[in-house]
Amino acid sequence: MSLTLEHVSRVVDNEVYIDDACLTFEPGSFNVLIGRTLSGKTSLMRLMAGLDKPTRGRLLMNGVDVTGVPVRKRNVSMVYQQFINYPTLTVFDNIASPLRQAGVAKGEIERKVRETAEMLHIEGFLGRYPLELSGGQQQRTAMARALVKDADLVLFDEPLVNLDYKLREELRQEMRELFKTRRTIAIYATTEPNEALALGGTATILHEGRVIQSGPTTEVYQRPQQVLAAELFSEPPINLIDGRIADGEVALEDDLHFALNADLAGLGEGAYRFGVRPSHIGLVPSNDDDLEVSGVVELAEISGSETFLHVRNGRFSLVLHLQGVHDYPVDSPIRVYIPTHKLFAFDAQGRLAQAPSRRY
Amino acid sequence: MNARKLVVLLAYVLFLLVPIYWLLNMSFKSNTEILGGLTFWPQQFTLDNYRVIFTDRSWYSGYLNSLYYVCLNTVISLCVALPAAYAFSRYRFLGDKHLFFWLLTNRMAPPAVFLLPFFQLYSSIGLFDTHLAVALAHCLFNVPLAVWILEGFMSGVPKEIDETAYIDGYSFPKFFLRLFLPLIRSGIGVTAFFCFMFSWVELLLARTLTSVDAKPIVSVMTRTVSASGIDWGVLAAAGVLTILPGVLVIWFVRNHVAKGFALGRV
Repeated sequence: MSLTLEHVSRVVDNEVYIDDACLTFEPGSFNVLIGRTLSGKTSLMRLMAGLDKPTRGRLLMNGVDVTGVPVRKRNVSMVYQQFINYPTLTVFDNIASPLRQAGVAKGEIERKVRETAEMLHIEGFLGRYPLELSGGQQQRTAMARALVKDADLVLFDEPLVNLDYKLREELRQEMRELFKTRRTIAIYATTEPNEALALGGTATILHEGRVIQSGPTTEVYQRPQQVLAAELFSEPPINLIDGRIADGEVALEDDLHFALNADLAGLGEGAYRFGVRPSHIGLVPSNDDDLEVSGVVELAEISGSETFLHVRNGRFSLVLHLQGVHDYPVDSPIRVYIPTHKLFAFDAQGRLAQAPSRRY
Repeated sequence: MNARKLVVLLAYVLFLLVPIYWLLNMSFKSNTEILGGLTFWPQQFTLDNYRVIFTDRSWYSGYLNSLYYVCLNTVISLCVALPAAYAFSRYRFLGDKHLFFWLLTNRMAPPAVFLLPFFQLYSSIGLFDTHLAVALAHCLFNVPLAVWILEGFMSGVPKEIDETAYIDGYSFPKFFLRLFLPLIRSGIGVTAFFCFMFSWVELLLARTLTSVDAKPIVSVMTRTVSASGIDWGVLAAAGVLTILPGVLVIWFVRNHVAKGFALGRV
């Protein structure tokens, strides 16, 4: 079953929720929707599930128009950010409910519920009520209910957000395993680029109701077609510096100059925006084409075993993503090194002109 | 709880219970003793007063009539208010907020205002002196209250549960009856309690809209003045028996009511 969205828009009270989305999801694929809050992830999922009707456009399931088909006639399932279960039913009955509605035989229900519960490690709680479980177990119950009926389309709307860090990691890892052998379309919405990278599959970047870019996750990450895509699919956000190429030389903010290297040689003269990922900037030179930037420390954010170092240079600011814990006093002078072959270049319209291609 | 608090509380409870005790006290006395002088407990304990009520058809039918229209009213109110409250809590429609507020205005007018129109209306369509007449008249006050209370409970249930049910393949009626109603059963209990109590104690409409066949107990009690004077003992016994249904209903829904006060809109 493949799902196709043809020019789908949703407008409510003159407010645009989804603007002309064209997407195709292949059977057996794992798709991640990335976007900030209010970017339209949930709206898009509700349209795909059939909970809302598109204002314009069509939805095709395997080539068949399903635009007006009510949700209960479709074979979809959905997991919400909140832990949604039926509080008056036991975990077993919760998981069994889609099967019962579909009229599956009793023995088959028993077998499938147990199998799904084991897969999600909640087989010990089948007799309990959802509210007697921990958050992680409640969400596992909701996931089991979504997975038990072999839906053509399974939607996850930020399912791990309300869980603690450890559980999130654990469930995220299981998530891919669960879908490896299935022929369903899985769609997973998240605000975190790192989560999208960890999940793999394909990625779709949403911003203010529009699809910015869609494709295999690694490709979207390595070749963002627009500045916006690069900004959205990077955590912390990619560093952007205005620059200009002229006379075989690059000038960043009319201040820092360096000779065009082999990677950037293909670019014509003119104004560009250059992007460099926070993890690529180093504190020590690592390549002969490194650009040295001197500045002062604005803030050193320590998060776990990583440090986000904010550095200000008279004309622009940079964020560095460093491994390990680094503590710098504010306003202390520092030198950082930008590997120029790792630079993204975007033209005046914000389109990708050059992406780093070297792997080292 | 220390002893002093306990004493104060006990004193307060006793103070509140004095009228009820006095009613109970009177119901076990004979008329001569009641009129004879001040006694704090029955000198000649008698169940005659209760015997009169349970054997005299004009008395016990009053209870049956009351119970009948009260239950009828509770059922009608709930059946009407449940879908209405669901609509108010889940859908947005033209004027929904105004309508929701103006529902309550029905409760702002004193029942006496509606006496004449109801009497005229019910007489002309042949509903006068039927249980249905009283039950419907009480709906005027109970339905808005029921909608108001139930809406509070329903809005406490996340909308996603409805959607999950549709995704799982439930049809609307099936979802509403099997999943949704059990979720708000506290609210239904509280609502039923309020409808029951209002209808049970309401005198004016019930008395005006009935004459013989559907005469409620509160009405019977006001008509005990006879040529031989007032039958105090029987009246007291009737009073005790009138309190009982309320006590029973409160006993059954006491947990729900406490929850309802905390959660919903009571």
